[in-house]
Amino acid sequence: MSENLRGAEILCRALADEGVEYVFGYPGGAVLHIYDEVFKQDGFKHVLVRHEQGATHAADGYARATGKPGVVLVTSGPGATNCVTGIATAYMDSIPMVVFTGQVSTALIGNDAFQEVDCIGITRPCVKHNFLVERVEDLAVTIKKAFYVASSGRPGPVVVDIPKDVTANVTEYHYPESVDMRSYKPTTKGHPGQIKKALQLIENARKPMIYSGGGVILDGASEQLTEFGRLLGYPITNTLMGLGAFPGTDPQFVGMLGMHGTYEANMAMHHCDVLVAIGARFDDRVTGDLGKFCPDAKIVHIDIDPSSISKNVPVDVPIVGSVGNVLTELNRLLRADDFKAVDRADDPWWQQINEWRRLDCLKYDTDSEFIKPQGVIESMYRVTNGDAFVTSDVGQHQMWAAQYYKFDKPRRWINSGGLGTMGFGLPAAMGVQFAHPDSTVACVTGEASLVMCIQELSTCLQYDLPIKMISLNNRYMGMVRQWQEFFYESRYSHSYMDALPDFVKLAESFGHVGMRIEKPGDVDDALAEAFAMKDRLVLMDFVTDQRENVYPMIAAGKGQHEMHLAGDDRELA
Amino acid sequence: MSERHTIAILLENEAGALSRVAGLFSARAYNIESLSVAPTEDPTVSRLTLVTSGSPEIIEQITKQLNKLVDVIRLVDLNEGRSIERELMLIKVRAAGGEQREEIKRLIDIFGGRVVDVTESTYTVELIGDGDKLNAFIETVSPKRILEVVRSGVLGILRGTKAMRA
Repeated sequence: MSENLRGAEILCRALADEGVEYVFGYPGGAVLHIYDEVFKQDGFKHVLVRHEQGATHAADGYARATGKPGVVLVTSGPGATNCVTGIATAYMDSIPMVVFTGQVSTALIGNDAFQEVDCIGITRPCVKHNFLVERVEDLAVTIKKAFYVASSGRPGPVVVDIPKDVTANVTEYHYPESVDMRSYKPTTKGHPGQIKKALQLIENARKPMIYSGGGVILDGASEQLTEFGRLLGYPITNTLMGLGAFPGTDPQFVGMLGMHGTYEANMAMHHCDVLVAIGARFDDRVTGDLGKFCPDAKIVHIDIDPSSISKNVPVDVPIVGSVGNVLTELNRLLRADDFKAVDRADDPWWQQINEWRRLDCLKYDTDSEFIKPQGVIESMYRVTNGDAFVTSDVGQHQMWAAQYYKFDKPRRWINSGGLGTMGFGLPAAMGVQFAHPDSTVACVTGEASLVMCIQELSTCLQYDLPIKMISLNNRYMGMVRQWQEFFYESRYSHSYMDALPDFVKLAESFGHVGMRIEKPGDVDDALAEAFAMKDRLVLMDFVTDQRENVYPMIAAGKGQHEMHLAGDDRELA
Repeated sequence: MSERHTIAILLENEAGALSRVAGLFSARAYNIESLSVAPTEDPTVSRLTLVTSGSPEIIEQITKQLNKLVDVIRLVDLNEGRSIERELMLIKVRAAGGEQREEIKRLIDIFGGRVVDVTESTYTVELIGDGDKLNAFIETVSPKRILEVVRSGVLGILRGTKAMRA
């Protein structure tokens, strides 16, 4: 039986019918009808953030931790523009998200009305798709389309812009079970001929390398990837976005690759003869100089997005399809062929890799009088038994977290890889904590990133989110400082964080627990104490070595084999 | 090596669909030489013909990125088969005095154009053809005589029985 409902009510009913658990939002004039219905309903829970950017990052964190689309509701004008950074962040990392923005009434659109912006125009380059709903009759089906587009194929954010009069108008409510769009049909099954060709290359490789990215996590294909790796016995590296897709503690895992990847991962990439790229996009932070990238390798590339294939690096065997489907098929064929996994003990390629490994590229000074940021991450790994959800902001601390926390499971490592958005970590951690209320959620941050969305500490208090904030405070924008040291003769132009707040008092003023840790000997106990406070948010201000840099490093314009290591005197520039 | 490609696109006839196509070209720094768009016999579908240029790798990316747009229903790179291209030009030229008018009229006849509007001192000419033919006409008429030029941009269709439908 269908009923006649106002647009605002249709939106709330549709979200409940879509199975939405949480909506992250902030009210305002254009969405007052909607918020009135939010007040009356109990189909989903609304989370009041303190800034619309926080809403998008929280929804994004929720999506990354669950695989379900994150949902945002904000008003027109500044509500919508404040979302743009969060939408672009989700877009760059292919995160499913549906953002509902209020809009001025249809009669006012184009009149420079109060709180009017061309939301469709502003967001167009950073969404997978966007919709302006001009008639209430189109609202329910548009919402269905938005969720379908956001979460299928290569996922991404979708914006639905709803004028105020549409939320007041009445129509019959019917939420479709599914939608069929003639212009949108993502390919999911890989071409059997291409899969056979790939298999041939893979089985006959002498120096193989598996390079997997965020696509494996997005598709929920970690199990298939792990089986694929084990059936072959080949070395595996993950991108920053792919960490946790293959167990980080597995001996076949050679660490992250790219600009701050491990020596063994990057050297194995450079010297491999067959590269199997799975749900990864040959990002410039991975490839380094394209002219020097994997010079001897035949490349197989599995990706659901045809435009990712041969975009930066020409590929020998492209397979368009969902990585889960394609890996399942490859695994079936490997078993049918009775393929014998490589024996790491007497395989020359593994011997070479182990030789690179012995360099121990992530070693650092453990006797320093200062707190070493790497040591904080290692201690946190021990205290949380490697089982936390870890979000991060952007910069040095992000790289250290990626290097030193070994992720054994997917959706545990949550960071802004593509856009590199400072301010992401805290609101993203809120979304993760909502998704997993009983799990340990940590946010690794720095004193510069932290203050970019610091207002969300209020949201954390309101909803009792016991997030553990690990701030590696070196009184610098560390990654900027590192580049200035290497490439600008140590002219630290505006990378110095002067006039910092007292973070302990700051945490306390927001109703949380603050801790300041200044000595290396106090790190372990402080972390143990903080993580034992199961029902409190703890902001830990670690005063770390100001001069520490992230190594290894591949400088811009260098090849993957031209890494700069800690204590290395070679010229970088 | 830069190649010129003509790409035919069937697009959902919805507000903003065209700006997605145009925005893609500016956002990714692709060339766009001409673009023409109008609804088809099915009012929910627009047909768009786009002329672009780039290396084979860039052209491949352009077609992939266009296909990725949610509003794009179907796309054909007309360079991949045999195709027909046509462009319409309306050109207003100065034609004052008997001798000048005669000379212009002869030129129009040679090019197979039509005079669609006449005044005492001007002809407005309609000319249909591929881009080269229209260019040749413009080059042949003395620049001093050209008052106004308007071109439709290229329209393209595949030869043979194959049809591009939504």
